[in-house]
Amino acid sequence: MAVCIAVIAKENYPLYIRSTPTENELKFHYMVHTSLDVVDEKISAMGKALVDQRELYLGLLYPTEDYKVYGYVTNSKVKFVMVVDSSNTALRDNEIRSMFRKLHNSYTDVMCNPFYNPGDRIQSSPGGPYSRVRIQSRWALLPVSDPVQVGPTSCVRSSPAGPLITW
Amino acid sequence: MADEALFLLLHNEMVSGVYKSAEQGEVENGRCITKLENMGFRVGQGLIERFTKDTARFKDELDIMKFICKDFWTTVFKKQIDNLRTNHQGIYVLQDNKFRLLTQMSAGKQYLEHASKYLAFTCGLIRGGLSNLGIKSIVTAEVSSMPACKFQGTMQKGVTDTPNKMFQWILCHRNGRLRRLTKPNIILKT
Repeated sequence: MAVCIAVIAKENYPLYIRSTPTENELKFHYMVHTSLDVVDEKISAMGKALVDQRELYLGLLYPTEDYKVYGYVTNSKVKFVMVVDSSNTALRDNEIRSMFRKLHNSYTDVMCNPFYNPGDRIQSSPGGPYSRVRIQSRWALLPVSDPVQVGPTSCVRSSPAGPLITW
Repeated sequence: MADEALFLLLHNEMVSGVYKSAEQGEVENGRCITKLENMGFRVGQGLIERFTKDTARFKDELDIMKFICKDFWTTVFKKQIDNLRTNHQGIYVLQDNKFRLLTQMSAGKQYLEHASKYLAFTCGLIRGGLSNLGIKSIVTAEVSSMPACKFQGTMQKGVTDTPNKMFQWILCHRNGRLRRLTKPNIILKT
């Protein structure tokens, strides 16, 4: 179970970021921001490597004393970053991969939603019927092609998706 | 194959729908092709996201163009692009000798003047797909004899992103000067 997940656009601004409300959220935002450098490093390293390791999943980006940060980049240069509690040793690589797959599937559905303008913040309601990836605090995650959640076009751009989104 | 006919017929209706609304004054005359191209752009963005979900990461631009010619074209039009040419400096020409959306129209020069309307959506499709993969481009199409047609994509390097999506301008760097193109993206050559 992740403590924080973030979806970052190719221009490196956040599209969606959610963390457990009990912790200091700014800390997670900062962690996700710093992990972007590591993501860029990994992508450029992969480009030069002759090995055919062209997977979308990047693996563990960097560990801190309390948390581990994992990354995943899609072909459209959208990055998914997940912060997981270090004490949760039962979490395997495969589970992280499957969480990222579900995230990717949900993101694809958002892209295909006609009410969503690519590049806008992603809106999502907590505890919605379309939640797929699990987060510790039972917050729901990704918005999927439910036009009700996105709301009328005039509202999509105005309301922020969560606390302190702009970097 | 019923699903092929579905897209074909829907596309034809879409083109005639846009032109009908232009006649009734809802859309400014001359903006129909831009409208169709923008529709294709948005569809292309979504489609590419879906199609590249399971593929490996692309190595370079050429890899992306090959993907568009093979997998993308096969999924949308049930056939591959027949010929891909490039000058390795950002210009790619995709040639389709039997373009699905034009086969029903004619087999020679008849209706050539109307072909541009039916190519606008596909140009937008390619442009949208490339833009979602991180390549800014201008895609034009030309038809000399139906149903063969050529799509030319010019990749742009270092063009600043216009933050305001409402403007339909495309800044094109040609011969070292910045030009603003307000014409629609389709060039028809006979």
